[in-house]
Amino acid sequence: MIDYSKVLNKTVSDMKPSGIRKFFDIASTMEDVISLGVGEPDFQTPWQIRKAGIESLEKGRTKYTSNKGEIKLLREISKYMKRKYSLDYCPDNEILVTVGGSEAIDACVRAMVSAGDEVIIPQPSYVCYEPITMLAGGVPVIINTKAENDFKVTPEELKNAITERTKLLILPYPCNPTGAIMEKEDIKALYEVLKDTNIMVLSDEIYSELTFGGKPHASPAAVDGMWERTVTINGFSKAFSMTGWRLGFACGPKEIMSQLLKIHQYAIMCAPTTSQYAAIEALRNCDEDVEHMHKEYNMRRRIMVSGFNKIGLTCREPKGAFYAFPSIKSTGMTSEEFCEKLLYSKKVAVVPGTAFGDSGEGFIRASYCYSVEHITEAIRRIEEFLNEIKA
Amino acid sequence: MKYEILKLLARNARFTSEEIATMLDITAAEVESNIKELEKDGLLKGYKAVIDWEKMDGAYVSAIIELNVVPKAGLGFEEVAKKIMAFREVESVYLMSGVYDLNVVVKGKTLRDVAAFVAKELATIDSVTSTTTHFVMRRYKELDVELISTEEDNRGQIWV
Repeated sequence: MIDYSKVLNKTVSDMKPSGIRKFFDIASTMEDVISLGVGEPDFQTPWQIRKAGIESLEKGRTKYTSNKGEIKLLREISKYMKRKYSLDYCPDNEILVTVGGSEAIDACVRAMVSAGDEVIIPQPSYVCYEPITMLAGGVPVIINTKAENDFKVTPEELKNAITERTKLLILPYPCNPTGAIMEKEDIKALYEVLKDTNIMVLSDEIYSELTFGGKPHASPAAVDGMWERTVTINGFSKAFSMTGWRLGFACGPKEIMSQLLKIHQYAIMCAPTTSQYAAIEALRNCDEDVEHMHKEYNMRRRIMVSGFNKIGLTCREPKGAFYAFPSIKSTGMTSEEFCEKLLYSKKVAVVPGTAFGDSGEGFIRASYCYSVEHITEAIRRIEEFLNEIKA
Repeated sequence: MKYEILKLLARNARFTSEEIATMLDITAAEVESNIKELEKDGLLKGYKAVIDWEKMDGAYVSAIIELNVVPKAGLGFEEVAKKIMAFREVESVYLMSGVYDLNVVVKGKTLRDVAAFVAKELATIDSVTSTTTHFVMRRYKELDVELISTEEDNRGQIWV
């Protein structure tokens, strides 16, 4: 008999499965649950993108593309990064098409982090950075960002987190779950801390199309001095509602990208061909669809934030992504307690802030990838819940 | 702003002024004064429910009637259109481009009601030269609302 505890990689077997699973498992056994849990657009992929995918299949484009991606797509990505974020990346050797933004994050960390290297990770943030760092043998160093700083990384926090072993800083903005963004001035301030170091930046900008309040997304690599030390990661999932197509990309200096390409070529070969052809259409002809979805998200965002504040859950204005991150401290409960009781008593599913790091305690994440009517009903139920626990 | 308000009302006429105000980042008072103006100017004509009558047996059938009409000198099609729209059986009347002139949607409780109405009331109008009746067999989508269930929300199988 095999002793499985002996065959497993220790880093993997010690890794705890995501705590949130529990909530979805409970929720899925209940009827009439109204969820604000999902971090995925409710819009269908715009029809013309789907059609481009279908046409590529009809034309028999069912083979591998080149490792780094179909050249037409690489060129479109290059143009898009220039047009949207004033960034210059050469399609020949500074862009890699990946299986979602996730693969790009993994490859980027693996390309740079050796055993014992430290990776600075601001939290609350998306759950993958810590485990990916550990799988690469790196050591996560957490910055607990604060509500009073709008969940931005401050230069002081960065300075305090840096040691001789620091290899990489992750910048997950616009941020899931806090909705925080970093503006150009914020990034300039971080640059002042980074400029005389060899520390690289992994900027996960998967929500870059979803910023609110008029200012376009400020890409860190566009700040003077940052390009050479930044790998910019983006993708099609959120902006174009293409989660299931699994397509993202990484852009950066060719010295780094050639290493990512090696990892990608051995682990993945190439991103799915159909998705790549669909993505060409997305970048060429879908600005209007993106704008339509943006407008829609913005209306939902306002309804949700004003709803939470009205029922007494203080909610800062999320300036990016599609989540609200209200405080539940006034209830005296922990985030997990709040979410569990809310689910059992009112059948509303939200995610405890602690799922995104210890600093998420006292907050819940509510996604607004739902219709206005759905959001309004969920908030009505949460209000009932708050009244009942007060009584 | 008026256009934005109309688009939201077209989507859901039961949105409150406050909800519309929040969505559009204006005040509820502004929404209300805009709606009043739109009503006064005759742009905003009414608020109605979208009903799937098929779920209630014997309550509703409808037909689309294509009419060919001889227009009156000086009055065009308007005179006959006015005559037709006055019937309570008539749900809508449109002047069409193409091979026929007026498109009339007629409702009734039974097929017989509708057929009788067309024969007795529409076909007998002097300027109407021919009618073609198409009964509606099934409604899939009405006023942007899907009446048959489409795919369920199957998100949330993985956690992001």
